[in-house]
Amino acid sequence: MSRRFLFLLPLVLIAALGIGFWFGLQRDPQALPSALINKPVPEFSLAAIEGSARGFRRDDLLGKVSLVNIFGSWCLACRIEHPFLMELKANGVVPVYGIDWREPDRQAGPEWLDKFGNPYRLVGDDPRSEGAIAFGVTGAPETFFVDRKGIIRYKHTGPITRDVWERKLWPIVQRLRAES
Amino acid sequence: MADRPAPARRIVVLLAVLAGLAGLGPDPAHAVLPEEVLANPAHEARARAISKELRCVVCQNQSIDDSDAELARDLRVLVRQRIVKGDSDDEVIAYVVSRYGDFVLLRPPVKGATLVLWIGPIAIVLIGLLALISYFRRAGREAENAGR
Amino acid sequence: MTAELGHFALILAFAVAALQGTLPLIGAQRRDSVWMSVAAPAAILQFLLIAVSFWALTRAFVLSDFSLMIVAMNSHTAKPLLYKISGVWGNHEGSMLLWVLVLALFGAAIAVFGGNLRPTLRVRVLAVQGLLGLGFLAFILFTSNPFERLFPIPVDGRDLNPLLQDPGLAFHPPLLYLGYVGLSTTFSFAVAALIEGQADPAWARWVRPWTLASWTFLTGGIVLGSWWAYYELGWGGWWFWDPVENASFMPWLAATALLHSAIVSEKRDALKGWTVFLAIVAFAFSLLGTFLVRSGVLTSVHAFASDPSRGVFILMLLIVSVGGAFALYAWRGPALKGGGLFRPISREGGLVLNNFLLTAAAAAVLLGTVYPLILDVLNGGKISVGAPYFNSVFIPMMVPLVLAMGIGPLLNWKRSELGPTAYRLKISAGLAVLAGIGAWLFIDRASALAAFGVFLAAWLMFATLHELAVRIHLFRVPLGESWRRLRRQPRARWGMTLAHGGLAIVIAGMTASSAWTAESIQVMKPGDRVEVGGRVFTFDGAREVRGPNYAATRGTFRVDSGGGDIVLTPEKRFYDVQGQTTEAAIHPTFLGDLYAVLGDPRGEDGGFVTRLYFNPLVPWMWAGSFIMVLGGFVSLSDRRHRVGAPGRQKAGARATPAPAE
Repeated sequence: MSRRFLFLLPLVLIAALGIGFWFGLQRDPQALPSALINKPVPEFSLAAIEGSARGFRRDDLLGKVSLVNIFGSWCLACRIEHPFLMELKANGVVPVYGIDWREPDRQAGPEWLDKFGNPYRLVGDDPRSEGAIAFGVTGAPETFFVDRKGIIRYKHTGPITRDVWERKLWPIVQRLRAES
Repeated sequence: MADRPAPARRIVVLLAVLAGLAGLGPDPAHAVLPEEVLANPAHEARARAISKELRCVVCQNQSIDDSDAELARDLRVLVRQRIVKGDSDDEVIAYVVSRYGDFVLLRPPVKGATLVLWIGPIAIVLIGLLALISYFRRAGREAENAGR
Repeated sequence: MTAELGHFALILAFAVAALQGTLPLIGAQRRDSVWMSVAAPAAILQFLLIAVSFWALTRAFVLSDFSLMIVAMNSHTAKPLLYKISGVWGNHEGSMLLWVLVLALFGAAIAVFGGNLRPTLRVRVLAVQGLLGLGFLAFILFTSNPFERLFPIPVDGRDLNPLLQDPGLAFHPPLLYLGYVGLSTTFSFAVAALIEGQADPAWARWVRPWTLASWTFLTGGIVLGSWWAYYELGWGGWWFWDPVENASFMPWLAATALLHSAIVSEKRDALKGWTVFLAIVAFAFSLLGTFLVRSGVLTSVHAFASDPSRGVFILMLLIVSVGGAFALYAWRGPALKGGGLFRPISREGGLVLNNFLLTAAAAAVLLGTVYPLILDVLNGGKISVGAPYFNSVFIPMMVPLVLAMGIGPLLNWKRSELGPTAYRLKISAGLAVLAGIGAWLFIDRASALAAFGVFLAAWLMFATLHELAVRIHLFRVPLGESWRRLRRQPRARWGMTLAHGGLAIVIAGMTASSAWTAESIQVMKPGDRVEVGGRVFTFDGAREVRGPNYAATRGTFRVDSGGGDIVLTPEKRFYDVQGQTTEAAIHPTFLGDLYAVLGDPRGEDGGFVTRLYFNPLVPWMWAGSFIMVLGGFVSLSDRRHRVGAPGRQKAGARATPAPAE
């Protein structure tokens, strides 16, 4: 009896692996969920970028629903979402704060913002990834949704497009605002 | 979809060969750079050991010690800063885990989700041993029967 | 036109494979010799057609025919000829074509050399081989056509990734595939045996040379890949437990186990069900590896955005072939009953222990490799399983294996005594302990683990030599007689001695290079001297040089040694079309490699970032691996293993030497 079962075992194992792989194929192995969801915004304090008076630190985020966006002038996908972020600012939808990550030199970030427009309320310069590591960032653009109490509630990886915003991200902002 | 400061992956190249994905540009820069090295050799040795346990989050299965990715370099610097500030090895690792999750640990922590991973090899060996014992017992009985 | 010819040949090969996979199976069932006779010519024809196709693709690469998509994407007119050719398999489509070429090559080899296999078994083996070919040809034709045209035709190509423009990596894939895909033969033999319902000693005897050939190529392929990583990636690492490496290592572990269990099946008519299982598993691991590497299930799906159906297709191939074989195994396997009985302490018992440990190790590697994926699918979170895990799980399983390897070959068949046999090895054990203590005392008192590694390597080496000495009755008969016995040792026995001894050398190399590598990273100006691992490196500066399709900065280091200076010239290459590479300069010495890497320039006065290493005993790893591969070939040349020899009765058992043929 048990001998027959032993001979059946490999078939069972390969079937289980096959099912696992099947679902594995539907996933993006590089998508990494944030470890900071539902945790307070980490302590950080970034210097101002050139030509700007004020940097960006943790306490700037308290008391309102806000977005923290990681960008860089080298980042092509950031260029894609940039016009939409400008629109958010023009319409006063939600304050967006920027972390200017790993610019090749001090001028690159400010020049980029001068050229295309600055969608951010405050921008912190992050040449050594201190801010990026504090937020557990792996790439740009990434956008963190912070609630009134300064708790990180959601992370969006990749560019914010109108479609994603309307479908997924705006409802999150509304939900966070509805909380007391 | 997200961009990275530098498309720096080394081992991925080997993968690329086998997968036929030529074109994932490797960055010829190197892991640990001279300016990163700490003056105190004991601190540096600890930093190297910690770095070997932490995964470069933007690479394919590489430690930050091996990786040339810029984010890996910044993490190496951070590890060193924390060591100099007086953090213990566990505190340094705990900090990085608090930012990136268990994903950064090349040696997964023993907990619920990884129980099977850690118990598995031991279980395999034990089950194998049991199978061996039962095999030889049966063979022994058959030998006796054959002898009579 | 040749490209269309190549494509057409591939379609024909598909049709031929369809015939090869069906008619002979039906014929064998009905004992219809006409239908059965299709198998061998079809296998040969299928190989010839794929060879034509492969030739057409190679020609397109050599002539830089950029009207073909993959040539334009992976080649360039200025590339050296060797890399134009290796560019054929430096991409997904071309390497899959190489895959089926090797598959068909083994099919044709069975057709040609399998003349005295049992007729039904032979055609069934060929039919299964044909079915595998059918599946992979369909994969190529439907998802990965290498002959896809490109319009408009670009003026020049995008070149091959410069890291791949390297002799080590040019030959790594073909060799690896000869091993990887060669295991299809054991799979086909196993499935055919299950269809026939018997796996007798003759069957095991036929399986052994094919396993051995695959194992030998696979060993060579893995080592070549490891060697490439060591010198090309530029920091002296040689094994990373990367999923891609594991994909080739799991079949190797299974093939090694199979190699040993087939001995028991052949000599003692035992472990049949197990041997058949391993014969399936070895190739299942190959297919699993192909799936893991090619489906994008481990890397980003986006990398394969061009065609996500590839992953699904390979998964289906994996499930249908391996699942089918295991279903057959569940059905017919229980009928495979062995005859030979043996005690736990016996030569067979030793081989069983070997199988147990190798299989457990392969299972552990499999677990670690797929665990992150499975956990993610079960929404258990994202984790990484890296080198620290594998080292802490794999190495403890290898320790008893190596200990047993020393004793096993000395045990008698059927029943033996452990105590007396172990006692016979007292000198080997004593010498090994001395080596371990010596390493601890004189090299590194901090690492007991490294000392233990030295002990293991020495134990295996001395025990292997002891076993050879026992076989030739060294010091028990006059030396001349021993010499005569030494020369008369069958080649298969030599193969074992070489493989085991080679592994001992490899273990020594791995231990030393893991524990005692000396590294120094700094900025050096011309004239600066740095001491690394007791060797003094002097930097003589760097200059610009020009290669066939790259510009390079070449540094010069001198290392003082007893007999004149050793000169090391590492390079940093900037390829004209795309990419850069660092070429480490390596000077092997008996005790280790002097290893120098040139980094970026620093400062105004000719300074560079330099990385200097002394990598102890690394050359031993390559030498030991080479000896293992050599052992494989020597054993393969044994007349008892010679393909076609199974019809003959045990040649080695004869009293008189066999007449020369």
